[in-house]
Amino acid sequence: MICCEECGEKDMIEARHLTVGYSSRSRNNPVLCDVSLTVPQGAVCAVIGPSGCGKSTLLKVIAGLIHPDQGSVLLDGSPVNPKKRKIGFMPQNYGLLPWKTVRENILLGCRMKGEITAATRREAERLCQCLGLEGLERRYPRELSGGQQQRVALARSFLLRPDVLLMDEPFSALDAITREEMQDVFLTLWKQRGTTTILVTHYVEEALYLGQTIVRMSADPGTVAEVIPNPLAGRTEMRMSQEFFARGRELRERIRAGGCHE
Amino acid sequence: MNKGHIVIRSYLFGAVFLLFLWWGIALLLDLPVIPAPDKVLLKLVRIFSQSVAVHAGFSLWRIAAGLLLAVLIGYPVGVIMGYFPRADRFLAPLVYLTYPIPKIALLPILMLLAGVGEFSKILMIFLIIVFQVVIAVRDAIRTIPVETYYPLYSLGASVRQIFCEVIFPASLPKFITAVRVAMATAVSVLFFTETFGTQYGMGYYIMDAWLRVNYLDMYAGIVVLSLMGLLLFGLIDMAEYVTCRWRR
Repeated sequence: MICCEECGEKDMIEARHLTVGYSSRSRNNPVLCDVSLTVPQGAVCAVIGPSGCGKSTLLKVIAGLIHPDQGSVLLDGSPVNPKKRKIGFMPQNYGLLPWKTVRENILLGCRMKGEITAATRREAERLCQCLGLEGLERRYPRELSGGQQQRVALARSFLLRPDVLLMDEPFSALDAITREEMQDVFLTLWKQRGTTTILVTHYVEEALYLGQTIVRMSADPGTVAEVIPNPLAGRTEMRMSQEFFARGRELRERIRAGGCHE
Repeated sequence: MNKGHIVIRSYLFGAVFLLFLWWGIALLLDLPVIPAPDKVLLKLVRIFSQSVAVHAGFSLWRIAAGLLLAVLIGYPVGVIMGYFPRADRFLAPLVYLTYPIPKIALLPILMLLAGVGEFSKILMIFLIIVFQVVIAVRDAIRTIPVETYYPLYSLGASVRQIFCEVIFPASLPKFITAVRVAMATAVSVLFFTETFGTQYGMGYYIMDAWLRVNYLDMYAGIVVLSLMGLLLFGLIDMAEYVTCRWRR
């Protein structure tokens, strides 16, 4: 369980005892086994772990895309309902619709919620500039590189101004330099808006830089191994510090240890 | 634009080549059954507005009506079968058991039931196109990866929104291809059905000219029927070009 001791804020996301087993797998070997986590209002939670530990599945359950076999997810105290809540879900393959242009894809989230105004269009343009997408608005996703597609997906998520933002490896297709830039863009936007965010990643540095709490998961079955409070989150000046590297090394060691169950 | 010019030029070249081939064969064999293209085309120009045009109009109307009916019924059935696996389990056997029946063999029954008039002809074309549409649309929707729906599901999209944003655009290319493939069969079947119980249509016109041993008229009819097929193909290609911009 993650608890935000220092601030007495309420929990925005609360997952309780989630168990998910794909039908192809046996009941004894579920994808997620009794996973609980809570994220306080306005916090960023980074989920990290070896591949196959159910990180993506956990995110889909929280987004309401997969129904858990056991357990429940509460958003702001009530069960997940995509119709009532604004859930910004950014899947691993970016979730762009190939038949829509970049502009249409960015506006899709707002359009589904019936929120297209002149202001959102201006905001979309601003985000395009911010994410280096200007001039690509009329292109189709297949004409873009992986990194550009990822930035379109980010623009869509940011434009929606969701209640909760769920991102599955949002910066993985970017080269190292662009990735760091995008992480800073994310932090800037997050500081402005305070969107409660869960971020799945396999980069230790990304988890340390962005997540105020880091949830380390282990595989077979997917469980929460530990919850690590992370005071280094969002502090650009610490990014090159000894402490940052030391913590990174330590976390990496623990993931390695947790990933080798067999 | 430049690309379009090249395409048009290569098509013109192809047409000229085929005309010369026809010409060569006509000169070589020198038979009344194979008149030279210049005579046929001149004849066509002379008789088009007074006789051929009416027949061509009838044929086009039958194809259009059959196609429209097939799309109106086939598309929704395909969507239902593709999107709801339970409906597919129930409907797929029906479709698969009836699909291989050569529809043209049903023509006698159709004519007995629906009469020899317009309706049985349109029904025949409908039967040929509808199965292709159903199966193409169903398969197109089945191959949409489930992740494609995720952004919409997670936004709480309605069924109508999911249809407009995902199902319709995703199935459009295969749907158009199915219509294109079915259209070729439909034109030849149309020819066959028009040799019965009507005095209008290109099928009637060509067979009538044949019985009158008027080979120039007959060839003029064949040329018009071929051009009709070309026109339909062109229209379908244009529809695809406009609606499936994202695939280019």
